[in-house]
Amino acid sequence: MLPATLDEAVAALEATPAAVPVAGGTDLMTEVNSGLLRPAALVGLGRISEIRGWEYQDGHALLGAGLTHARMGRPDFAALIPALAAAARAAGPPQIRNAGTLGGNIVTASPTGDALPVLAALEATLLIAGPKGARREVPVSHLLTGMEMLGPGELVGYVRVPLLHAPQTFLKATGRTGPGRALASVAVVLDPARRGVRCAVGAVAPMPLRPLEAEQWVASLIDWDGQRALAPEVLTAFGDYVAMACIPDPPAPVDGGETPVLPPAALHVRRTVATLARRGLGRALA
Amino acid sequence: MTSDAATATPAGGVPLTGTTTGTVNPASAAEPQHGLGSSLPPADALAKTQGTFPYAADLWAEGLLWAAVLRSPHPHARIVSIDTSQAVAMPGVRTVVTHQDVPGQDTHGRRVADRPAFARDVVRHHGEPIAAVAADHPDTARMAAAAIAVEYEVLEPVTDPEKAFETEPIHPDGNVIRHIPLRFGDETVTGEVIVEGLYRIGRQDPAPIGAEAGLAVPRTDGGVEIYTASTDPHTDRDLAAACLGLLPEQVKVVVTGVPGAMADREDLSVQLALGLLAMRTGCPVKLAANREESFLGHAHRHPTLLRYRHHADAEGRLVKVEAQILLDAGAYADDSSDALAAAVAFAAGPYVVPHAVVDGWAVRTNNPPSGHLRGEGAMQVCAAYEGQMDKLAAKLGMDPVELRMRNVMATGDLLPTGQTVTCPAPVAELLTAVRDAPLPPLPKDSPEEEWLLPGGPEGAGEPGAVRRGVGYALGMVHMLGAEGTDEVSTATVKVNGPVATVMCAAVETGQGFSTLARQIVQDVLGVEEVHVVPVDTDQPPAGPGARGRHTWVSGGAVERAAKMVRTQLLQPLAAKFGMSTELLTIADGKITSYDGVLSTTVAEALEGKELWATAQCRPHPTEPLDDTGQGDAFVGLAFAAIRAVVDVDVELGAIRVVEMAVAQDVGRVLNPQQVRARIEAGVTQGVGAALTEHLRVSRGVVRHPDLTAYPLPTALDAPEVRIVELVEERDVVAPFGAKSVSAVPVVVSPAAVAAAVRAATGRPVNRLPIRPQAAVMTRR
Repeated sequence: MLPATLDEAVAALEATPAAVPVAGGTDLMTEVNSGLLRPAALVGLGRISEIRGWEYQDGHALLGAGLTHARMGRPDFAALIPALAAAARAAGPPQIRNAGTLGGNIVTASPTGDALPVLAALEATLLIAGPKGARREVPVSHLLTGMEMLGPGELVGYVRVPLLHAPQTFLKATGRTGPGRALASVAVVLDPARRGVRCAVGAVAPMPLRPLEAEQWVASLIDWDGQRALAPEVLTAFGDYVAMACIPDPPAPVDGGETPVLPPAALHVRRTVATLARRGLGRALA
Repeated sequence: MTSDAATATPAGGVPLTGTTTGTVNPASAAEPQHGLGSSLPPADALAKTQGTFPYAADLWAEGLLWAAVLRSPHPHARIVSIDTSQAVAMPGVRTVVTHQDVPGQDTHGRRVADRPAFARDVVRHHGEPIAAVAADHPDTARMAAAAIAVEYEVLEPVTDPEKAFETEPIHPDGNVIRHIPLRFGDETVTGEVIVEGLYRIGRQDPAPIGAEAGLAVPRTDGGVEIYTASTDPHTDRDLAAACLGLLPEQVKVVVTGVPGAMADREDLSVQLALGLLAMRTGCPVKLAANREESFLGHAHRHPTLLRYRHHADAEGRLVKVEAQILLDAGAYADDSSDALAAAVAFAAGPYVVPHAVVDGWAVRTNNPPSGHLRGEGAMQVCAAYEGQMDKLAAKLGMDPVELRMRNVMATGDLLPTGQTVTCPAPVAELLTAVRDAPLPPLPKDSPEEEWLLPGGPEGAGEPGAVRRGVGYALGMVHMLGAEGTDEVSTATVKVNGPVATVMCAAVETGQGFSTLARQIVQDVLGVEEVHVVPVDTDQPPAGPGARGRHTWVSGGAVERAAKMVRTQLLQPLAAKFGMSTELLTIADGKITSYDGVLSTTVAEALEGKELWATAQCRPHPTEPLDDTGQGDAFVGLAFAAIRAVVDVDVELGAIRVVEMAVAQDVGRVLNPQQVRARIEAGVTQGVGAALTEHLRVSRGVVRHPDLTAYPLPTALDAPEVRIVELVEERDVVAPFGAKSVSAVPVVVSPAAVAAAVRAATGRPVNRLPIRPQAAVMTRR
């Protein structure tokens, strides 16, 4: 089935409850091809032109869920939402970026989904299309943490992202120079209007993590009206703060025994998060 | 240029013609257009590049059935029962086979027949075949395989090779496959300076671009034809025939195009399953493995644990090397015995060592199977002895290159096996060449060039945290089979008019054999158009494509056969002209006398006759290593020196190999273009082993057998390969004086990368692949 509008797609899903929607297919089709998934029917979302672009809406950008990573990586998009563009450019080899979509990244909700920490840091809102023209709004974090789920026949139609007109960064560490899955990723977003710093860490947990205390602490140190730059020690402390918040030490045992130590691999991830957060904030404030 | 020449006509496919116009860039204008020393491109290059070349997975036969193999989900378990009734009852399923249906010998193996065709009472590794299904659709076959009910009694897997010595044997043959206790010189000598090290090498996978596939067609005489990308068709035929209860003549293995081979290409269990299913159903049966089955089925590089102690005097001359080498062979012996011999014999590297005490073991575990993979044994020890040389240099406060220079081996020196190195061993010259090569510019010196930071163009790299390191490594590998293997090859050359044809069962695996065969015949017979016929087991055996042996033995056999044809061709002419055949030359299809007075064409000289000749080439014999690891076990050795330049982001541990400068002992360059390509490929594979390639296993179960979790080097990871020098000292015993090219870079590259990361970070780096946490410099 290849519907041409969002409502047609929703109607198709409602009519065939066993059908599975497919956009870029970069995750879904590998499962189908390896025999792990045998959907009764597929509803292709590739023809729905209304969700393949974006528009402005009172200080926000309304991004279609069908935007590909390749499209989001282009300079015009990067001028609007730099961190999302950086994440899209880092999201894999060109073949994947040409096919994979923003909505697919959200719905697959892989821990290593590159767009997810950026959306979490931007506090994006999802516009979900439901049967009979119903529309509801869900914060992206609610969907990623499972607080709210997609109901039968529902599709992510758009993603509403605030336009902050300030530097943003997305940094990702992989095991190699070529494209690869993130070992850890960090998105840092400045919000000068609200005098806030928002940061999200990806790939270290099933969903992006927000180190709220570290954000508030560092935002209070920034001279928002003058030179925003911070001393290197402050950036380092921010990195460590973020890393400790996302990968805490195991709690000391109640009986007062020896405190367990994190394994070396976890310590390396923590060190990586600290480095990425320090560099990310430093570049955003430079 | 050469006319179209079809060298590979896969069975059932159309003859492939590659138009070979001047698209390659010859190294120099003086390079010949054809014959030895030219950069003749492979005849199938165009078809392969355009994707029209048919591989085994593209084969099709009328009324074919599809096969699927049921593989063990457990690394170690007792099979209580196998119930195939549900699978057999499924519509579309034609037959299901298990160990009960194997008509012949129920075990097979290259060296020792220790591997069951299908698991009978015990499964010994994750992915071991248990049953196979033939059905009219691939999905039906897979579903039927999944419907086979196997009751397992899960056993504790042996996954630590160090524990394999004490545990209950996992195989009736015992857990120790081979132990070589090498003793050379005086065991009791000690040096003034001693350095110790413990090294671990990971499990590299050959990861061929095309997964295993094959088609079996039953024959009316009760036999079977198997179409597959075998790299050793005659061995595969003999093993398959024994298991299928047939005579070797009743099984014909036809080699299709080989989609990548760094090892023994085909998992024999696939061929056995296909043969058995075809015989049972009387229909052609096809199987195309998916990536997961490919990772589970074929052999990997031996994960190795190495403990070293180097003794040297105060001037840095090596006194004694002590080593303990433990190879994890997986559950079955395969080629582990050969890998162990190479590891033990080359334990000290291309250095003069007066005394050596080396103990090597290959042991069984329930980990994935290990076997032949380019430079097996030699690669693991190279990473260790070069790590030791760096350690020794640091302890003595010497330059690592200077320390190596004081110890390098040359022709006439002894290996720790007591064998004298008789072939050219220009080790010092190689090391000098890479040392003196100019270093790549630092990015700050070339501001206009974008600096590709470790971590990639969209990565998190920061120039301030990047340290550059330069590291050196020397290494060696043996050529041809070792320890008394009969390395014979047979070839036939035929000339008919202006066209020559080569028949030789040496498989073109991508190593360039068929191109070389064309070059040899062009050289000897002056015929431009040379065809190489597809390989099958009706031809006499040429042995496996490994360790540079086809250039040597099969190339040698082709040359001899071509020379015999040449004599047949020239003798009547020589008699007519009243001169000996040596005074006649053949070039560009013309026969000319030495003084240029007499001249005729090859076609005329043939007078419509067809000339045939068959010849064999067999290198000088070798002997097995004795019970103290002594013996002349190797036919020849090849050496290389590599200088690695790496950039390391020392906060993230991200590593990028900037450049690999290679100086290699090649004997003689037979095809410059191919030699460059082989070295670049070998270096890239070595960089993969150094940085990312390790098949993860947890308690014997392979984790994520796919190419996302097993990162092969991409174009961004592959370094700039600079070939500094190809030393052409001809090896007099080799047919063309040429040495093996492909394996040495794989052996030396990982050690060079490790040395460079050591230099950049000051960290010890004693494990491959190098994990990011091992390349981090702790802050503050």
